[in-house]
Amino acid sequence: MTTPEPHSGNVWPIWEVFVRSSRGLSHVHAGSLHAPDAAMALRNARDLYTRRNEGVSIWVVPADAIASSDPDAKGAFFESPQGKDYRHATYYTKSEGVKHL
Amino acid sequence: MSTPETTETAALAEETAGHGDISVGVAGSSNSGEATASATRITPGNALRPEDIALAVSRGTAKPSEDAAELALRLGDDALILAQRLGHWISRAPELEEDIALGNIALDQLGHARSFLSYAGGLDGRSEDDLAYFRREHEFRSVELFEQPNGDFAVTIARQFVVSYYQFELYRRLAQSTDATLAGIAAKAVKEVDYHRDHSAQWVLRLAHGTEESRTRMIHGFKVIWPYVDELFRDDELTARLSESGVAVQPSSLRADFDRLTGEVLAEAELDVPQVPAAPGGGRRGFHSEHLGYLLAEMQVLAREFPGASW
Amino acid sequence: MASQTLQSVPAEPSPARHETRHEMSPEDAARRDAEGQAYFDKVMAEDSRIEPRDWMPPAYRKTLLRQISQHAHSEIIGMQPEANWISRAPSLKRKSILMAKVQDEAGHGLYLYSAAETLGQPRDQMMQDLMAGKAKYSSIFNYPARTWADMGAIGWMVDGAAIANQVPLCRASFGPYGRAMVRVCKEESFHQRQGFEILLELSNGTPEQKQMAQDAVNRWYAPALMMFGPPDDDSPNSKQSMAWNIKRFSNDELRNRFVGMMMEQVKVLGLTLPDKDIRFNEDTKKWEHGPLDWEEFHEVIAGRGQCNAQRLERRREAHENGAWVREAAAAYAEKQAKKSAEKVSAA
Repeated sequence: MTTPEPHSGNVWPIWEVFVRSSRGLSHVHAGSLHAPDAAMALRNARDLYTRRNEGVSIWVVPADAIASSDPDAKGAFFESPQGKDYRHATYYTKSEGVKHL
Repeated sequence: MSTPETTETAALAEETAGHGDISVGVAGSSNSGEATASATRITPGNALRPEDIALAVSRGTAKPSEDAAELALRLGDDALILAQRLGHWISRAPELEEDIALGNIALDQLGHARSFLSYAGGLDGRSEDDLAYFRREHEFRSVELFEQPNGDFAVTIARQFVVSYYQFELYRRLAQSTDATLAGIAAKAVKEVDYHRDHSAQWVLRLAHGTEESRTRMIHGFKVIWPYVDELFRDDELTARLSESGVAVQPSSLRADFDRLTGEVLAEAELDVPQVPAAPGGGRRGFHSEHLGYLLAEMQVLAREFPGASW
Repeated sequence: MASQTLQSVPAEPSPARHETRHEMSPEDAARRDAEGQAYFDKVMAEDSRIEPRDWMPPAYRKTLLRQISQHAHSEIIGMQPEANWISRAPSLKRKSILMAKVQDEAGHGLYLYSAAETLGQPRDQMMQDLMAGKAKYSSIFNYPARTWADMGAIGWMVDGAAIANQVPLCRASFGPYGRAMVRVCKEESFHQRQGFEILLELSNGTPEQKQMAQDAVNRWYAPALMMFGPPDDDSPNSKQSMAWNIKRFSNDELRNRFVGMMMEQVKVLGLTLPDKDIRFNEDTKKWEHGPLDWEEFHEVIAGRGQCNAQRLERRREAHENGAWVREAAAAYAEKQAKKSAEKVSAA
C-alpha cells in the first residue's frame, strides 16, 4: 500500500474512497475522507461509507495521486470519438432483420 | 406528507418520493446499469437483531436456563456499561473520522447488550429496559474493566484493546454453545468484535510509535487498565456448571490465547505488559468500583422519573 | 488548444494542488476568463453541473464555500444538543437510535467538508474558522435541548426543516455539493421519522409526558421556521443563489410549504403548533404563519444565543484534546513511509 507524502503537524491528508456495492460491479467513487495512512484510510472508509451495507469492497487512493484530464480541454480532448458512428452497431442497417446478428 | 397541490410542490413531492425508502437505490435505478453500481445503495442487511431475541423470548421459543440467564446478564452488563462509556466520545473524538469509528463500536456493544439482556430477561419476564434501568447498582454483574472511566484517548484505546481481545476469544467459543440463542448472539457479535480488535490494535501501534507524548500516554493507558485484566478470566461456580453443560467455557481457558494475541501486538508496539498488581474485582457478585454508581445514576435518571412509561 | 497534458491533480482536488497552472499573460488570462464565463453560463442555462476544476466566477466559488462550510459546521455543532441525551436515553432502543443519528451527523459533516474542500479550502482551516467564531452555523443549535422530548422535536421539526431545505439541494449546480446532499438525504430519511415517533409515544403516554412533548414543540417551532433563513425581502443573496442554481426555492416558499406539512402532521401527534395565525391562503394557494421574532434570530446569529459559547468551547476542547492523537498518527505514518522508502532503496 502506498502512502502519500506525510503532512506535517496534525493535519491528515485526503483520500478518495471507491466502493464496490456488490460482486460483479465496478468500484465507484463514494467520497473522500482524512486519514494518516492507507491502513487507517481503509478503516475510516469502512466506518464512514459502508455503515448501511453499501459495499463489499473498498479502495482508497491518496487524493493527490490521481491524475486527471485538463478541464479546459473539454472540447479538444473528447472531440475525436464524435461522428465515428461506424464504431456502433446501429451504423450497420443492411443486416436488419437477419436473425442472431 | 400532504401539501397543497401546486406545480412547485408537485416538483418537491416528486423529489421527496424516494425519501424514506431505503430500497430506493436498488428499485429506483433498475433501468440503468451504471446507477446500480451506485456507491450509495443502502440496505438494512440481514442479521440477528435484539428485537428478534426479544420476540423469541416472548413467544417462548427461546428460554434460558437459570445459569444461562445469569451468564447472559453478565455479558449483557459488560457490553452495556462499555457502550455507555463509549457513547460519551461521540462529538468529542480526536478527529471526525474517529467519532464515527467509536460510534460504530459503541453501537455494536449496545446491540450485544440488548440481545444478551433480552435473553436474560426471558427467565422471569423482564425486558431489556427493566434490566438496564430498574436494577440497582449491586444487581449489576459487569466486571470492573468495563466501568473504568474513558480517560484520554489512550486509556480508552487500552481498555478497548483488552476488551475486544477478550470478547473475541469469549464469543468465538460461545458461538459453539449448546444454548442456541447464546450461540446465535455470539456468532453475530464475534465478527463485530473482530473489527474492534483491529481498530484498537491499529491505534496501539500508532500511539506507541507516534510521538514521545503519545507513547508516554499509551504506556500510562495500559498501566491504569491492566489491573482489571485478571478479573476477566476468573472462574467461579457458575462458569464451572456452564462449562460442564457445554453452554460456555471456563473464562480461565481464554487466557492463553488472549495473552498470546495481545502479546503479539504489544511486542510490535514495543510495549511491555504492565507489571501491576491485579485488582480484587468482584463485579460478577455485585461488588463494583466507585465509578459504576455515577454511570448508572446518569443512565437511569430519566427512565426512573417516569416508571412504567413507554418511550 | 489541444493540450494533452495530463496533470497530476486529484479528481476532487486537494486544496494544496488546486490551480497548479503555469503563469499566464494578462491577455491569455482575460481570454480564459471570457471562455470560462461563457461555458459557465451555458452550464447554468442547461441546468447542468459545475465540477471542481471547471472555471467558475469567483463570487460563485465564494458563495458555495460559505454555504457548504456553514452547512458542515451545522452538522458538527448539531451533534451536541443530541449527544447531550445519549447517556440518559430512556430505553436502550432509543439510545441506539440516538447514537446512530448523532453518528450520522458526524458523517454528514464529513461529506460536506469534503465537498467544500474541492473548492480549495482545507478542512482544518474551516475548523479553525469555526472555533475562532469567524464561521457561522445554523442558529438553531444554539438553543438548549432541555428534555428528552427535545429529541423528538429536533428530529421532527429541525430535521424536517433541514430535509425540506436539503432535498432541492440534491440538484445544486455544484456537483460535489449535490452528490453530498444525495447521500445525506438518503441517510437522513430516518432522522425525521424517529423524532416523530418519539413525540407520538410521549403524546400517547402519561399526561406529564404529553406535556413534555407539547412544551418541546412550543420551544422549537419558531427556531425551526427560522432555519429557512430571513424573509425573502430581507435575503439579499438568495436571488443570486437561485440564478446560479444553488438554491431552487426561496426561503419563504420552503418555509410556507414546511408549515403546511407540519400542520397536517401535528394532528396525528395530537399536539398543537404554538401559532394561531397559521392558515392556508386560498388566493395564493400558500400556507401562511404568524410573525417570527427576527430580532432574536439576529441576536443568536451574532453569538448571543443561550448556547453559543458552550457549543464552541466544546468543539475547541475536542479539537485541542485530539491534537496529540492526530500528531501521533501523522508521525507514525511518516516513520512508516520512511521505513518503506529505505527498504526500496536498499533493494
